[in-house]
Amino acid sequence: MLLSMQGISKAFAGVAALNAASLEVEPAEVMALVGQNGAGKSTLIKILTGVYRRDEGSIAFAGKEVDFAMPADAQAAGIATIYQEINLAPQRSVAENIHLSREPKRFGMIDHAAMRRGAEAVLATFNLSIDVDRPVAHFDAATRQMVAIARAVTQNARLVIMDEPTSSLDEREVAVLFETIRTLKRSGVAVIFIGHRLDELYAICDRVTIMRDGQTVAKSPMADMPKMALVRHMLGKELAAFQALAPDRETPERPVRLAIENAGAGVRVRDVSLTVREGEISGLAGLLGSGRTETARLIFGADKMQRGTLRMEGRERSYREPADAIADGIGLVSEDRKIDGIVPDMSIRENMTVALLPKLKKAGIVDRARQDEIVTRYIRALGIKCASPDQPIKELSGGNQQKVLLARWLATDPRVLIVDEPTRGIDIGAKSEILKLLRRLADEGLSVLMISSELEELLAAADRVTVLSDGTSVAALPRKDLTEAALLSAMAHQVE
Amino acid sequence: MSTLLRPFAIKSSGDLARLSVILALFGLILFGALRYDNFVSSYNILSFLRYNSMFALIALGMAFVIITGGIDLSVGGTAAMASVVAALCSPYHWAAGLLGGIAAGLAVGALNGFIITKMRIQPFIATLATMLAAYGTGLLLANNQSVSVSYDTGFTVIGQDDFLGFPIPAWIALAVYVLGWLVLEKLPVGRHILAIGDGEATAGLMGLKVERTLAAVYLASGALAGLAGVILASQFGAGQPTEGVGWELFAIASVVVGGTLLTGGSGSVGATLAGALLLAMVFNILNFENGLGWISLSAYWQSVIRGTFLLIVVVLQAKLMARHNAP
Ligand SMILES: Nc1ncnc2c1ncn2[C@@H]1O[C@H](COP(=O)(O)OP(=O)(O)OP(=O)(O)O)[C@@H](O)[C@H]1O
Ligand SMILES: [Mg+2]
Repeated sequence: MLLSMQGISKAFAGVAALNAASLEVEPAEVMALVGQNGAGKSTLIKILTGVYRRDEGSIAFAGKEVDFAMPADAQAAGIATIYQEINLAPQRSVAENIHLSREPKRFGMIDHAAMRRGAEAVLATFNLSIDVDRPVAHFDAATRQMVAIARAVTQNARLVIMDEPTSSLDEREVAVLFETIRTLKRSGVAVIFIGHRLDELYAICDRVTIMRDGQTVAKSPMADMPKMALVRHMLGKELAAFQALAPDRETPERPVRLAIENAGAGVRVRDVSLTVREGEISGLAGLLGSGRTETARLIFGADKMQRGTLRMEGRERSYREPADAIADGIGLVSEDRKIDGIVPDMSIRENMTVALLPKLKKAGIVDRARQDEIVTRYIRALGIKCASPDQPIKELSGGNQQKVLLARWLATDPRVLIVDEPTRGIDIGAKSEILKLLRRLADEGLSVLMISSELEELLAAADRVTVLSDGTSVAALPRKDLTEAALLSAMAHQVE
Repeated sequence: MSTLLRPFAIKSSGDLARLSVILALFGLILFGALRYDNFVSSYNILSFLRYNSMFALIALGMAFVIITGGIDLSVGGTAAMASVVAALCSPYHWAAGLLGGIAAGLAVGALNGFIITKMRIQPFIATLATMLAAYGTGLLLANNQSVSVSYDTGFTVIGQDDFLGFPIPAWIALAVYVLGWLVLEKLPVGRHILAIGDGEATAGLMGLKVERTLAAVYLASGALAGLAGVILASQFGAGQPTEGVGWELFAIASVVVGGTLLTGGSGSVGATLAGALLLAMVFNILNFENGLGWISLSAYWQSVIRGTFLLIVVVLQAKLMARHNAP
């Protein structure tokens, strides 16, 4: 056995995060580690790699009892980790990030040329050709994630841990990642893979360890664990079927709230037209690079619209910056929630209501009662797992942090809410809760523009779906024409 | 682009700031040369270099500290104390004076590193405390007055003599800057220092030895302040327990003028030198103006100017960053 963690317990400020959890990994196997948001997966990994010290339990790695005092020690022992939070130095170049702490040297000095070549070579195996001299911060979330993965696989580790590596990747990139994992496996390396997308887990993992409330509740070969059973172990109860949420009716022609026509900017967005009506969820589908996120940024004023028109509630508008869009009642929950937006040291309460504070003031002072009411409501509605609203947000599990950010925008009471991958990183139990909540808000009159890579999500919740391909809107499917086949064929559409 | 020119390639707002400080430095030199008769005299140049080497040294230490996202307010106090220690040691041997002063600086640096990494106190608070402690220790050791150095052991050579036509302190500063450049640009630890300034927690997760590196940086800053103290004692013939006030501000200003971000994670050794020289040049020119009789500046006014200068630079830096980060 390569790794054996037994009876691991850990409490933060008296609150148990892990309670006698265990995890075992054999060489050359891919182990799925699953559980709801806050189940303790990341904490278990951080205890293994010396980020946190355990209260109880024992760890054996490669036949030896170990107790790593810091990540550097775990790394030296042969464990490479991609943590759930972005773990790259943003101002350093891609090449440096890949090699940091293991720089190639000549005569004791960094061999910059070798470092650049090495970085280019490993990224090439991921079909990624980027300028490795540029700071990591210049690249989008997916590229950064690939850089983090490249960093991990070049460490010649015996165990590679990936905490939600796919949460910002699209299908094509996931395929590349899986190929990499298979290569690792062939060379005898073990992988721990944490994720919320069941299809991915079944596609790549050999065995599964399921956690619930800080305990290990099941271990089994992946093949012997049917999906329904896995979900039952995870949630501790049956999951209500993922039913269609959008009413299966002819959508009445409600007034258009937001419309863009022939919008364009740069090369990523060429010609996009779409409408979002009052009280509907309008989906935005497309492959990676089809310009979905960029379109959202245009609407939100984060990028300047160079061509085309935008109409909000009938009036033609041109937003120079997000503040203009926000003033008009538009909100955007960005896909980069990992990095954007959270203020780690501030409490859940503050993080949730920062955008709201001006409205919460009574005679210049924050109306604490109303703030409490809002915070409590969303903690309940989204099932945010926390000790109290005053806990610093950085102490929440990754998925729960995302829920707080979603709540931040929901609480601003926008008239149009753009959500970019709203269920990314969120467990399967909470996922349908979030879709239901969006649906309910839409029924109350909110217009939602939902960007999603998950077809079943769009099929379940959207009233209409606009499909982008290569920066161009190629189809607008109303509810009645919305089928998986229709979506797929529109997405694959190539603009001549 | 050739590797020689690489340091000047503009890739970020930091590079722009660095380029502008070099241009400003040349501008000032040109201005001085045209306006004052003795500006390019060898006397002015040599005494400029001799005197300002001390500041250049502490600016370099400060640059490393600021790149990690920290600050070292203790450098002035450390230099003052080190000058006293150096003066007290100088009768035994010139090297005793030199090493004694550096050791005093190392001691403060080690203490800073310990308080910041082990006791997890903010650098600002930690070094404010050690600054006071260093001044106090210096005054105690010196019995509240300046301590004359020994003129018999050759200790004064360090601060007062020339080598190949240039002041020895300038040679020392040059050597230390070359070393600093090597460390930051060529050695892994330099990259680690930058990465730590980019985010301490992240750097730890990436497997860097954050505490050890931070401790080393504060140690280096202390050692350089100690060395500056040695030069101070040697140059003026006495350990000066009350010197050093405001030196930390001069150092911070030099670093910031050199385009290093106060938020950490970026910075350059060469530009820090340019920043220190630029700042020193401003004062040199003010002295000449004093000489022309147009204005008359007391030390107090110099402080005011230094502070104002720092403020302007920081504001400009913030604006530049904001523009650069805008989509
Ligand atoms: N530094 C911390 N301080 C206090 N509590 C913490 C800290 N880190 C984690 N926790 C708590 O421990 C529990 C487990 O968190 P963990 O991050 O391990 O969950 P997870 O299984 O990784 O969830 P997710 O799928 O959302 O990433 C959570 O309730 C979380 O709030
Ligand atoms: Mg997690």
